[in-house]
Amino acid sequence: MNPVDQRRRDFLGKAAVAAGAMIAPGVILYDYAHAKAPGDPASPKVRWGMLIDTTKCASGCRDCVDACNRENGLPGSTRPTDSQWIRKVDLKDLKSGKAVSLPVMCQHCAEPPCVDVCPTGASFKREDGIVLVDRHTCIGCRYCMMACPYKARSFVHEPTTGQKPDVPRGKGCVESCTLCVHKVDRGGTPSCVEACAAAGHGAIVFGDLNDPASEISRRVRAATTTQLRADLRTDNGVRYQGL
Amino acid sequence: MGPTSASSRRAFWALLAAGGALVAVALGAAHYMEVHGHAVTGMNNQVVWGLPHVFAIFLIVAASGALNVASIGSVFGEAAYKPHSPLSVLLTVALLAGGLMVLVLDLGRPERLVVAATHYNFRSIFAWNMILYNGLFAICALYLWALLERRLGGYAKPLGLAAFAWRIILTTGTGSIFGFLVARQAYASGVIAPLFIALSLAWGLAAFHLAQCGLARLAGREPMDAGLHARVRRLLAIFVIAALYFVAVHHVTNLYWAKQAAFERFILVSGAPYPALFWGGYVVAGGLVPLALLLHPGLAGPRATAAASVLVSLGALAFLYVFIIGGQAYPLEIFPGYEVASAFHDGQVDGYAPSLPEFLLGLGGVAAAFVIALAGARALPVLPPDRVAVAAPK
Repeated sequence: MNPVDQRRRDFLGKAAVAAGAMIAPGVILYDYAHAKAPGDPASPKVRWGMLIDTTKCASGCRDCVDACNRENGLPGSTRPTDSQWIRKVDLKDLKSGKAVSLPVMCQHCAEPPCVDVCPTGASFKREDGIVLVDRHTCIGCRYCMMACPYKARSFVHEPTTGQKPDVPRGKGCVESCTLCVHKVDRGGTPSCVEACAAAGHGAIVFGDLNDPASEISRRVRAATTTQLRADLRTDNGVRYQGL
Repeated sequence: MGPTSASSRRAFWALLAAGGALVAVALGAAHYMEVHGHAVTGMNNQVVWGLPHVFAIFLIVAASGALNVASIGSVFGEAAYKPHSPLSVLLTVALLAGGLMVLVLDLGRPERLVVAATHYNFRSIFAWNMILYNGLFAICALYLWALLERRLGGYAKPLGLAAFAWRIILTTGTGSIFGFLVARQAYASGVIAPLFIALSLAWGLAAFHLAQCGLARLAGREPMDAGLHARVRRLLAIFVIAALYFVAVHHVTNLYWAKQAAFERFILVSGAPYPALFWGGYVVAGGLVPLALLLHPGLAGPRATAAASVLVSLGALAFLYVFIIGGQAYPLEIFPGYEVASAFHDGQVDGYAPSLPEFLLGLGGVAAAFVIALAGARALPVLPPDRVAVAAPK
């Protein structure tokens, strides 16, 4: 190897160390602060999720549903053709008669059947676990609705009105809970969680399931939680307590 | 085809105009659905695939089976079938085009077909099917060319083999659209792929027989050589039995699983209108009665076979209505062991009622297949040139 090549190698090595030293604090800070800079990709180190404590969820309460409708510009009507991104479900155990009420929305699966079946890739999962529909490539075939085990998706059956700038919707496309991704990416929490907390119920905890120090992780460690249709091994981001 | 008289020429143009009018009405219905949204259909967030899918899947499955006659001639070397191979291939193209027309026009965003053609998710059986459908068009076009052009006759056998393999894979793919739906009680089964292949054999041969008889009649010819007719008649009976067998296996397997018992009770006994359509429409009218017509020694004429073919086709629509719509109408079981209620119809049977635009779109798909077959038979020499005497089966 001639001296020029050796010097070039030394220079490149030092430059790489210097660049690493400059980037490292930013990477570490990024890990601490979940707010995502505009244009930055979602981080695979995060797994956003929700824990729903059904013992704190009252039958007849629709605070989370109303907040979702307001935030996302949904009409809120409940005809069979209307979109419902989150709904309250009342359950009664057929054997014991025990009654439970809980909200159901997109479960943000780690192995989402809707993503598997989508022919164009419009249904996709972000690196941070949020499952979304790309409104530009959805052709409205509804195969994802056939595949979803949770009936979590809605098809826009009519022309839309009252759209919110952050939440594009369109006739002929499929849509579902986005986990209020537009708020989460700015460091916020989903509207249903905020509304439940503001009303004093505190039945929904939102956070990073990958962060052992987060409240949701501590709660999931401490209490027995359930995933809907756990037999399918879709590894849901939404967990239920008291079910 | 070469109509032989002025009256048959008039009949040709009248049929073409009638078929074209139905296609135009279907396009109008699709436009109406496109402008107003699917709210004007009977479909909703529970029954997301409705009557258009019943027609589309019927046509696509029958398209694959319409290749039976060509396959028997080219792949299995049965010379008696070879003169009918071109019509068999043309009919496959016609039925597939009709089915895809319905499927595409029912999309929420049909104008994004180019997106579907340029964005592929290879984990999706739907995406694979798009490749398989387009591939079958291409193979059939080449196969038909080889069958009709004497100089290319040597390519007919390899192309016939390719078409045979391709359509088996294609129908496996069509069945797997449902078979891969892991969460639904009605589907999620490996047996659906071979079931669809068995159904395609019956539905496709029925469609071929009707097309052959109709086009021959229009051309003023005998419907089919008596010897070949006897073979087709027996073959159709075997295919109908094979389809009934796979349908029985599917349901009996489900009945064995406690978790599927409620769904099977719904489909087979209590969930009106589905049990009546299944037993009366598919099993009796679409299965047992055609079998009686096909196997009864006193009913050996082409008319009885044509009647059986019509019944098999109507039974196919009844089967698919139960399979596709009944399968979705039954509530998704998210909370086993619980009584469930919500404003999103959880735990409730959906009362799907098809709307007129849906029906017209579906019918338009059948009409499109009819028009393509009719015009194709006029433009290309797909009917056998001369009568070929064939030995009847022993």
